Parts: sequence; structure tokens; C-alpha cells
Amino acid sequence: MAEPFTTHTGLAAPLDRINVDTDQIIPKQFLKRIERTGFGQFLFYDWRFTGDGTPDPGFVLNEDRYRDATILVAGDNFGCGSSREHAPWALQDYGFRVIIAPSFADIFYNNCFKNGLLPVVLPGDTVRRMLASAAEQHPYSISVDLERQIVTEPGGASEPGGAPDPGGVSHRFEVDPFLKHFILEGLDEIGWTLQFEDDIAAYERTQCTG
Amino acid sequence: MPPKTMYEKVWDQHVVKEMPDGLTVLYIDAHLIHEVTSPQAFEGLRAADRKLRRPDLTYATMDHNVPTTDRSLPMTDEIARLQVDMLAWNCEAFGVPLYDLDSPRNGIVHVIGPELGITQPGKTMVCGDSHTSTHGAFGALAFGIGTSEVEHVMATQCLLQKRSRTFEIRVDGVLSDGVTAKDIILNIIRRTGTAGGTGTVIEYAGSTIRGLSMDERMTICNMSIELGARAGLIAPDDTTFEYLAGREFVPDGGAFDRAVAEWRTLATDDGAEFDERLALKADEIVPQVSWGTNPGMVTDVTGVVPDPAGMDSENDRRAAEKALSYMALEPNTSITDIEIDRVFIGSCTNSRLSDLRAAADVIKGRRVSPRVNALVVPGSTAVKRQAEAEGLDRVFLEAGFEWREAGCSMCLGMNPDILQPGERCASTSNRNFEGRQGRNGRTHLVSPAMAAAAAVAGHFVDVRDW
Repeated sequence: MAEPFTTHTGLAAPLDRINVDTDQIIPKQFLKRIERTGFGQFLFYDWRFTGDGTPDPGFVLNEDRYRDATILVAGDNFGCGSSREHAPWALQDYGFRVIIAPSFADIFYNNCFKNGLLPVVLPGDTVRRMLASAAEQHPYSISVDLERQIVTEPGGASEPGGAPDPGGVSHRFEVDPFLKHFILEGLDEIGWTLQFEDDIAAYERTQCTG
Repeated sequence: MPPKTMYEKVWDQHVVKEMPDGLTVLYIDAHLIHEVTSPQAFEGLRAADRKLRRPDLTYATMDHNVPTTDRSLPMTDEIARLQVDMLAWNCEAFGVPLYDLDSPRNGIVHVIGPELGITQPGKTMVCGDSHTSTHGAFGALAFGIGTSEVEHVMATQCLLQKRSRTFEIRVDGVLSDGVTAKDIILNIIRRTGTAGGTGTVIEYAGSTIRGLSMDERMTICNMSIELGARAGLIAPDDTTFEYLAGREFVPDGGAFDRAVAEWRTLATDDGAEFDERLALKADEIVPQVSWGTNPGMVTDVTGVVPDPAGMDSENDRRAAEKALSYMALEPNTSITDIEIDRVFIGSCTNSRLSDLRAAADVIKGRRVSPRVNALVVPGSTAVKRQAEAEGLDRVFLEAGFEWREAGCSMCLGMNPDILQPGERCASTSNRNFEGRQGRNGRTHLVSPAMAAAAAVAGHFVDVRDW
């Protein structure tokens, strides 16, 4: 059963790149684990760490001010590449609850919902401004309300570490009603499908599957 | 009845239950599993005390992390071995047939599915691997899924899905000698970008596609995911039926004839609508070489490395600058001046018998350049044995290639076959992402013939001049 997602407020980190692929999110040498947990330490491994395993100070997530980030803002086509669910596992285990981007790759987008990680699609120019704000303002904290499908940025100077100014700028985002319903409730999708056991069995009889 | 696309026909035949908002419980005819994306799904079944509903429609192989060296030796990577052992243990416990490393049916999941005839027109097929789109070459609706959905299919033999948009890509005309299916699909991704197919199911059509062999069609459909599409389809025809006849899981005799009659009805109806369309002329396509760090960063072998300064969009310019820095390439360098260190012929894109034949043709009687280390990894044990029966292994070995056992190998480098930092590879695989073949390794995607020619020359060459 997936972890539910309703609302979240947190510090945003900018990953100003397009086409961030799943090989970057979690390199293949870390796919050999047989658990769903413990992948956060390997997130963006080749970007976070130099060849000798020390943190690369030039990588944005290694900056002190983003250490507690829970929202990642990124460029177009985030999560392209392989179907590895290890990618959302790693992002979630690292501490992210929301990824904001102008577009996502299909399989990654879908995988996020199974794991209580919310991918939010906003227009390209909005995301571009958010990337700039996350780089320039500190702390830059964003609120996400899934029920209302609203992302709120700070409107002006917010309290350090505090919630965004209630008078902040809001952006509505779209999400498929079924994906929204399942993640809001943290529903067990398999259990949901199994309520149609009779239909599945009937289908198997008429189609002579196998 | 309004005219339907092939995608809509296959979809409609698999609807178990459709909700008013379009959410559909879709039946899955074949579930392919492998060692890397299945352990957590089996664990989930156990935790919820659920059965695997249709072990008879589930097929398992080991391919992603397996060594391609001598299989009589134990696996040295302990963690990889645990994953492989786990798959064997899970398959045993849940009654799933497994083609393990000792099986003559073992190989890359997307090579053995078609080879065994598990892949058939009109089927729905899934696997915890994005290159599941390969099976669309037969007119099967086949797509990659994450591990949660692997568990979902194990428990229910169904998935919750909504219809995708449809995208027709037509290729018409005659390909020049030396231009292959790989060049077609790389050229398509170059035009659409890596997100150009997002949210769609592609149907490849046109006279060029009709003229392709099944191996070539699989190469095209395989890389549908590289333009972001869920799946890629090609209408089944006589080429498809000839390929399938006599294969292990394909019905025979009268049942085969009845199946063929059914399969012939799958093609898209005249007048059916697609949400998007793209048309290419085959005679305008030349051998393609990727220069960057995604499969849309591609140019002609006769061309040069592009100059980011000349790019219109800021996003493209910055991405190209990063890519060139990673790839250690200067703008305006001729592609044929790029020297390489490694050659990899293999992967679910290009490791079938016809791929190995094409590469062998190019290198016959020649030697691999002293600066190059070259590797051939057949897609399956069956491909390997057939190639050996034809003497292709001798051709490769005499030219200085290594000849390995089947597996995914250096396509994703989960096993010991990886690039060293800074090494540059001409690869017949499907992804040139940063670090894909090894940390700081540099990948150029090409066809098997282009890879073979580069192995001999030590740099890219236009295989049409070979």
C-alpha cells in the first residue's frame, strides 16, 4: 500500500537540467538490491560524488542550503529512460516528496504515484521562474495542495524556515483523477483491481487465455 | 463501426472493465520478468499473502546483471548473484517457468520472447523494462512497467490503464545500401526529440517499414521508448507469420491458420484517425551517429558535431554544451574524425542473428584496430549457437573481437562489462546517457555495420563507402 499524499510544504531545490534520465537519478550499479528501501544514498550518485566517492561541491544538492529540501524543481522530460522504480524509490528515500517540472516521462510519472511521491506538471515559464527563485531566494519554500491541485510559491519575504506567505502566488496543476484519488487515499491498487475478480475470471473464460 | 487503429483494436479486445472516466482494467496476456525489477514485487506478494494469478502466462529469464564470460564459473559479483538466486527461488516458489543461465532458451528478455513465439500479434505484453516496446514489432501491445505494476500483474494479470494518444510514423521509399533500421529509428528520434512521443502509442507504417525483416522491425519498435512513447506497433503481415510459424509457443496446424486469419484483422482500418503524424523519406536517411548524451542528439555520419552556439532554444543550447563537455567533443568536428576505444555489438536493440551477420560482413578478412577493444554479445543462447553454426564466431574472433555469452552486458553495464572513465564506445545499444555504459564512459549509438566498421578503422567511417 502506497504512502498517501495530501499536502506538503517544504524547501525547494533547483535542478536546472532538462531530460534528467533514470540512469542519472539512480545509476545501474545500485539496482542490485532486492529491497525497496535504502536507495536514497545513491540518488544522483555520479553527480553528487566525485570519482573517489567524496561529495562534489559543485552539485546543487550538496549545497548546505538545500540539505533539507523536500521539493525538487527540474527541467523538461524529467525521468526519461528506463522503467526502474528504483528512481522514485531513491528520490523518496532521500527525502523528496514532490517533483515539479514542465513535463515528465510516462513510466517515471506513473511510478511516482505508487510511492507517495507527487510529480507536478507546471508550465515551462512558471518552472523557469521557480528554478531562478529557488537558486536566488533562501529559504524558498513551496506548498502543494493535491486536493485543490494548487502549488503556492512565497509571495514576498517569508519567515526563514516558515510556511509560504499566504498571499503568495498560486498555480493550478492538472492531475488524472484516478491517480489523484489513489495517492490521496494511499489506496492499495491491487486490492482495488481484485474487486473485479469476477470480471477477470469471466474475461479469462471467454478469451481462453493461455 | 468507425475505422479503428491497430492500437484501439488490441486495446478493445483486452478490456476487462471500463470505468466512466476511461480508467480500464486491462488484461495482460504475457508477463516477462527478469532478476532486477522483480524481487520487490515477489516480496510484495508474500507480504500481502497473495498468489501469482497466472504463472502459466509469466515467463522469467536472467539477463540484466549476468556475466557474459564462462558460465561454468561461479558469478563473482555477490550482490548480482543474490539477485539471480532470488529470481530462481521466487520462480520455484510461485511456479513460474524460468530460463536460467543453463537453459538453451536463456537470453535477453526481448530477444527470447519473440524467439520462443511468446510474442504474438494482438497480445498485450508487459515487463519491468522500458524496452518491452520491442514486441510491438509483431503487432503486440507491449510496454514497460515499474515494479509496483509488476506486482499488480502478478496478482491480478491486469493493469489499470487509460488509453494513450496515437502517433503514426510513416517511412516510405527505398533505403540505400548500408542504411539500416537503426538509422531509421535514430533519425526519427533526432527529429522528434526524446519526449516527442510522450503519452502516445506509435504505429510505424509505410513501404519501408513493410519491407523490413522481423529483426529490423524489432530494432525500430525497441527504441520507441527513446522518444518517450509507451509502445510502438507494426501491423503483422506475411513477414510476421513466416517468422512465427513453428516456434515453441505458437499454435501449429489448423490452429496456426486460424490464428493468422485473426491476426490479419488487426491492421489499422483505412481512414482511422491518429492524434499525431510524422512522415519520413527513406532515401533521405544516411547512417546515423549520436554525438551527445541522449538518443535525440544524433547526426549524419557525413556531418559534424553541432555547435551549441547555433541552437535556437536556450534549453537545447545548454543541454548541448553539457553534452559536448561530457563527451569531450569540440563543435564542428567531423564525425568521421572521432576516434574510439571500444566497440559493443549487442543489446535488445541489435543483438539478433541478422545484426551479427551484418557486422560480420563488414569485418570479414579484416582486423580490429589496435586502439580498439571490441566485444560481441549475442542476444540469446539460441542466437549464439546459430551464429556459431554459421561460423560467425570465427569471423569475429579472427578479426580480434571477443565473443561472449548472451546477456544485456555493456548496454547498461550492470555486469562487469563496462567502459572505463573517459573511454569512447561505438555501441549498437539504445541509450547514450551519461554513465550508462560506465561512469564517465562516452557512448555513440550506431548500427551494427557502422560499429563493426568503426572497430576496424579505429574511428567512425561511412559504411556506405566500405
